[in-house]
Amino acid sequence: MGAILELKDLSLRFGGVTALAELAMEVRRGELLALIGPNGAGKTSVINCVSGLYRPQAGTVTLIDGDGARHSLNRLPPHRIAALGVARTFQNIELFKHMTVLENLMLGRHVHMKGGVLSGGIYLGRQRRREIEHRTHVERVVDFLNLEPLRSAEVGNLAYGNQRLVELGRALSLDPSLLLLDEPTAGMNAEEKESMARFILDVHEEWGVTVVVVDHDIDVIMDISDRVVVLDFGRKIAEGPPDRVRRDPAVIDAYLGHARTGP
Amino acid sequence: MDVFLQLTVSGLSTGMVYALAAAGFVVIYKASDVINFTQGDLLLLGTYLIFFAVSQTGLPWSLGVLVTVLLAVAVALAIERLVLRPLIGEPIISMIMVTIGLSSVLRGLVNAIWGPAPRAFESFLPSGDIVIGPAVLSTGRLLSIPIALAVLAALALFFRHTRDGIAMRAIADDQQAALSMGISISRVFGVAWALAAASAAIGGIMLGNIVGVSPNVASIGLRVFPVVILGGLDSIRGAVIGGAIIGLLEVYTGGYVGHGLSLVVPYVVLILVLMVRPYGLFGKEIIERV
Repeated sequence: MGAILELKDLSLRFGGVTALAELAMEVRRGELLALIGPNGAGKTSVINCVSGLYRPQAGTVTLIDGDGARHSLNRLPPHRIAALGVARTFQNIELFKHMTVLENLMLGRHVHMKGGVLSGGIYLGRQRRREIEHRTHVERVVDFLNLEPLRSAEVGNLAYGNQRLVELGRALSLDPSLLLLDEPTAGMNAEEKESMARFILDVHEEWGVTVVVVDHDIDVIMDISDRVVVLDFGRKIAEGPPDRVRRDPAVIDAYLGHARTGP
Repeated sequence: MDVFLQLTVSGLSTGMVYALAAAGFVVIYKASDVINFTQGDLLLLGTYLIFFAVSQTGLPWSLGVLVTVLLAVAVALAIERLVLRPLIGEPIISMIMVTIGLSSVLRGLVNAIWGPAPRAFESFLPSGDIVIGPAVLSTGRLLSIPIALAVLAALALFFRHTRDGIAMRAIADDQQAALSMGISISRVFGVAWALAAASAAIGGIMLGNIVGVSPNVASIGLRVFPVVILGGLDSIRGAVIGGAIIGLLEVYTGGYVGHGLSLVVPYVVLILVLMVRPYGLFGKEIIERV
């Protein structure tokens, strides 16, 4: 299977701090990849470079779309990257808190909505048909994540675990070909983690989406992934199937050499 | 009673002009957190543009209104594109300072083109009077109230139902998330400025009709601040109600107490609101003070 995303010699620095050091890795089309590493390893930086929130000082980020066309992401603004089918969630949940669940999900359809101020205001013909398409897609997401009872609740009032689900739902509404999940199980208990892992697995299998999951721990997420890439200090220190990576001495070193803090 | 009724109509009609200017201010604040000091000058620009289009060029009023709104939007888009967009990512305070400078530039430009003397402008709103009981009300003033309310309602619908309106709310709520959902910040800022200019231009057109064309309009534009502070910086509804309250307070004070005091009242309200309820009647309670 070919690559959907290629990172080459990616370097990212904040002043004197090196977040990523000549990182090279690829994501294969259709796989569920776990990106793990201790705190400060650069996992979130990778996601931010791909989604356009950070600009790497050197290196390239290339997305290969379904037709084999190559898009250089490190020159595109974030909204153009989203339009290419790259969706993401955030480590510290970034939702539109003053809007309802349904409105948040509909915003995930933003890149698919055409038309300006005037045609959007006129609910007729093609515009109407598109609106129905968007609604149908969003309803599918609602069903899939069991969000039915919460659809008109204001997101800011939801329980933490549900907010995480809404964020996943909003990313799915975009109908992504590449889904980047930044610590989707952070702050969850064991049971919630299991259920989130289940959803991620289903997204991957039933929706056929390529998924990259960033995770801090070697735990549930690693178990469900096809392949694991391990980062430490902005470098790739291991990659391969989960059971092999788990036994890799470099990985064990990286984890045991650090004080384990936080969830 | 007749005086009261007349004052009320007069207060509401000026209040609605304030509301139009204030709504534009709110749109820009919501989308970008920028306090736009040029809002009052956009009102002034609207007044002179309708004078230019109708009195100087001789267009029929309907076409004149269209041309005025389009020209005002073009000016606002130019400002956004050339002056403010390069500042995206800089501290908000830089953008705010730039709008203060732009305010002087706009005012100077209007002065340079049309001169400081008041211009004769024939109102195209119906000029007759409507007599209700003992009160004689000017039709033009009365009519400007539903016109303004219609424009403001359209603006509210825009926020609730259109792609750009919803994108604007999303950016106000969480900028990072909005970006990653494919919302283009520069497009949203552009739309915000265009809308702010359009609603200010309509306010300016109404002012030209009900109070005339003169540089004094700029001082009316300054009333935007008491209105948005009272209504809440980020609330369209607040702009409407704040505009009505300030407009009414002004004419009641002018009618019953004295003209001098009526000029001061809006700013007294501004200070009181800042002391008692700094986020205004309908504003979100967390407001960054600059």
